[in-house]
Amino acid sequence: MNNQITGREWRIRAGVVAVLAAALAAGLAGAEESYRQQEETALPPPAVAPVQTEAPAAHPQESVVPVHEFHLDNGLKLLVKEDHRAPVVVSQVWYRVGSGNEHTGSTGISHMLEHMMFKGTALHPAGELSHIIAANGGSENAFTGRDYTAYFQSLENTRLEISFALESDRMRNLLLPPEEFTKEHQVVMEERRLRTDDNPRALTQEQLVAAAFVNSPYHWTVIGWMGDIEGLTVDDVRTWYQRWYAPNNATVVVVGDVQPKDVAELAKRYFGPLTSGSAQPISKNPVEPTQHGERRIIVKAPARLPSILMGYHVPVLRGAATSWEPYALEVLAHILDGDSSSRFSRELVRGSEVAATVGAGYDLYARLPDLFTLGGTPSQGKDIKTLEMALREQVRRVREEPVNIDELERVKVQAVADNIYERDSVFYQAMQIGMLDAAGLDWRLADEYVERIRAVTAEQIQAVAHKYLLDDHLTVAVLDPQPLESGHPISDAPVGGSHVR
Amino acid sequence: MYVDSLHRICRGLLGIVLLSLSIPAIATPRIQHWQMDNGARVYFVEAHELPIVDLQVVFDAGSAHDGEHFGIASLANGLLDQGAGEWSADDIAERLARLGARLSNDSLRDMAVVSLRSLASPSTLLPAVDLLAAVIAHPTFPPDACERERSHTLTALEEENQSPASVANNAFYQAIYGNHPYAHPILGTPESVASLTRDQLVDFHHRYYVGHNAVVAMVGDLDRSGAEALAARIAGGLPAGEVAAPLPPVPGIASTVGVENIAFPATQTHVLSGQPGTWRGDPDYFPFYLGNHILGGSGLVSRISEEVREKRGLSYSADSEFLPMRVAGPFVMGLQTRNDKAGEARLVLQQTLEKFVQTGPTAEELLKAQQNVTGGFALRLDSNHKVVEYVAMIAFYGLPLDYLDRFKAQVEAVTVEKIRDVFQRRIDPAHLATVVVGGK
Repeated sequence: MNNQITGREWRIRAGVVAVLAAALAAGLAGAEESYRQQEETALPPPAVAPVQTEAPAAHPQESVVPVHEFHLDNGLKLLVKEDHRAPVVVSQVWYRVGSGNEHTGSTGISHMLEHMMFKGTALHPAGELSHIIAANGGSENAFTGRDYTAYFQSLENTRLEISFALESDRMRNLLLPPEEFTKEHQVVMEERRLRTDDNPRALTQEQLVAAAFVNSPYHWTVIGWMGDIEGLTVDDVRTWYQRWYAPNNATVVVVGDVQPKDVAELAKRYFGPLTSGSAQPISKNPVEPTQHGERRIIVKAPARLPSILMGYHVPVLRGAATSWEPYALEVLAHILDGDSSSRFSRELVRGSEVAATVGAGYDLYARLPDLFTLGGTPSQGKDIKTLEMALREQVRRVREEPVNIDELERVKVQAVADNIYERDSVFYQAMQIGMLDAAGLDWRLADEYVERIRAVTAEQIQAVAHKYLLDDHLTVAVLDPQPLESGHPISDAPVGGSHVR
Repeated sequence: MYVDSLHRICRGLLGIVLLSLSIPAIATPRIQHWQMDNGARVYFVEAHELPIVDLQVVFDAGSAHDGEHFGIASLANGLLDQGAGEWSADDIAERLARLGARLSNDSLRDMAVVSLRSLASPSTLLPAVDLLAAVIAHPTFPPDACERERSHTLTALEEENQSPASVANNAFYQAIYGNHPYAHPILGTPESVASLTRDQLVDFHHRYYVGHNAVVAMVGDLDRSGAEALAARIAGGLPAGEVAAPLPPVPGIASTVGVENIAFPATQTHVLSGQPGTWRGDPDYFPFYLGNHILGGSGLVSRISEEVREKRGLSYSADSEFLPMRVAGPFVMGLQTRNDKAGEARLVLQQTLEKFVQTGPTAEELLKAQQNVTGGFALRLDSNHKVVEYVAMIAFYGLPLDYLDRFKAQVEAVTVEKIRDVFQRRIDPAHLATVVVGGK
């Protein structure tokens, strides 16, 4: 229930399209057979662990795999991490721009630009990049978040040069043909319809952040408001591109079976000749004013199930006055909703059986102050009010009582283990580094993660709960289901062979 | 012109790509295999790079074996960790958390899966495996847990019914499979789920969660003797039992024709169109696979995406897919578009398939598809997680142990003629089942 999961904003491109389709559109039931039938997806999907519960982390002290940092004269930063388990490489280019840098009236422009990045340069016309990557056995995609826009390729390890050649070209030489914009504009609006407009939960989340954030750019979601998307022009997108896409606003992250020195030389050859932007763009960070009292909103949408989403204003690592506080909030999120042993599962799903699904979310690596979220769907026969009371009771308890030492220890053990499991994914290792850097944080924080989590005490958890989980700083959004009046849900259809017309 | 420039670039870019061809073939994981006394088949790959172990136990106990009790396979699978041996659901959850181990279960049409990921040190791995063993062999199906999971399934069904994509998916399976056991939703229907009894769940487990119906896939930081001991610890408690009865053949394509319109209050219309397709071990599998790669399986560079999205901006995702299953799984094409464009998009989808079936791919398209699949082969096996998924699939469907070794050769042996032949023989664009879910 992370309130702004970057994974939700995946721009699904080659290689991942089939996966998306399986999950969303062409159906075949998401986690249906397809998940174990790798050949059917043209290319392996990037193994991005959802950014849901476990924040990026690295292995504690002794076995930290070093990250090599290089800087080019034009301001480009290169971060390289070796992983020699398989002859593969992941290359990611991160631009420090996302919906959190946008302005009212042109929300969604970062994501629109991300789509246009596949529409050609003088050297490689529209679509060619995808064909080149495909012909080389690679998978590629891009994603936009609140704090970044990133482009990536996964390739056999000797082919890194292909990635660098194409990425360096589109970093400064994008053509933005108007006729391509016209079509892609429609595609992006279809994406919004698919992800948000026809998805009652996503609509609720969009309304929650719009109510919770008054001045912060986190007021809108990454995809942007439909009216703003409609109003975007190719010239708007060009201006945005020129402002943000330059080596001095980009970090290249490479993880895989490579030698850092070779990667640095390759980077110098391809990215070195690029001119810097005028200066690293600085966005003024609008300050979110103090909230004076609880806000409640209702979202009406065609749906079968009610749901609730609650968000409290909290600090994040960047800009935190007290550096342990975000880590205490992180542990708190896991105490409530880490796995099947955490409080929500144990007490609300099993115990009182008030919830069918329930979760807590917090992103300590956001660039701007964010929300600590709770939410869920009541179980059969229970209503939203009962679930809300149960969630508030959970909050009251963590405010008033220290968590017990066993559950704290479980969270810490799990953090250590997850940190090792995450090293199984080359892609995720690159994501960790890139996300931190893009949010304006030192990527070395990833190496500290486990240590910092292990240092959190029960008193600190109670202290942050007491300080931040305040009714006056809370926004509650309730999804009020409207009838699917014209729908004929499949479960009501006769089972048999004759209904096909 | 387009193709010319592509070649020029690839040549210009990389002598290094050519060099890579002379590099020895990528080592595929060596799968070791043995069978236990109770019939369970074990498949093991050593991987010592990380101190972790990935385990999957897969039973031939998916929803295709629901019989008349739609949803029983899924509910039984979901209840496994809600009480087992001497432990309650809370005990199991807390023990796993203390060990830092991750247990999960999943139920599909063919497979019922229980997975465990653990650190490899024996002090963690052994107690975690004991939980896994109890969960698969000795679930207790506590009455209150049965009621709770039933209730959650009913909620999940409501959830499916508020999603146009899920509504379309369920209707599509129904349309192409008729009375076949693949037809009904994995979760069952509200009526069937409401009527399931604890005794039926216990019986289902007793019948299907048995040695002869199980495969164990293991990847991780173990040696052979450690793996043998571990496999015995995982699956040794299963009674031998009997293999599941084979599934009936799926209906022929002639029975799948027509359009089903389902009104749904949404801004987009979801379209799914297809037929029963291919199965694991099908001699036509690789021509289908490569053909579909070109038709709609390779993301933005596929024909369907090119026609629907890149040329016309009609849909965010448009693709096609073959899901090979125990018996013919679905071939399906899908897209979503705003309601007033649904007719046009459907027509484009249909025409793209017709043209492909008629003329097949070009030699150029096939070559690029083969380059994509073989050139990206290392990416399919670059994590223990991906390897264990492959091993479980190979084990479950009884594919040859050298399946991965031969994969590239099989891909390279596909020709334009073979693709054209197999699509013309087995895919009939005039007899597609189409499901349209959306507003007007």
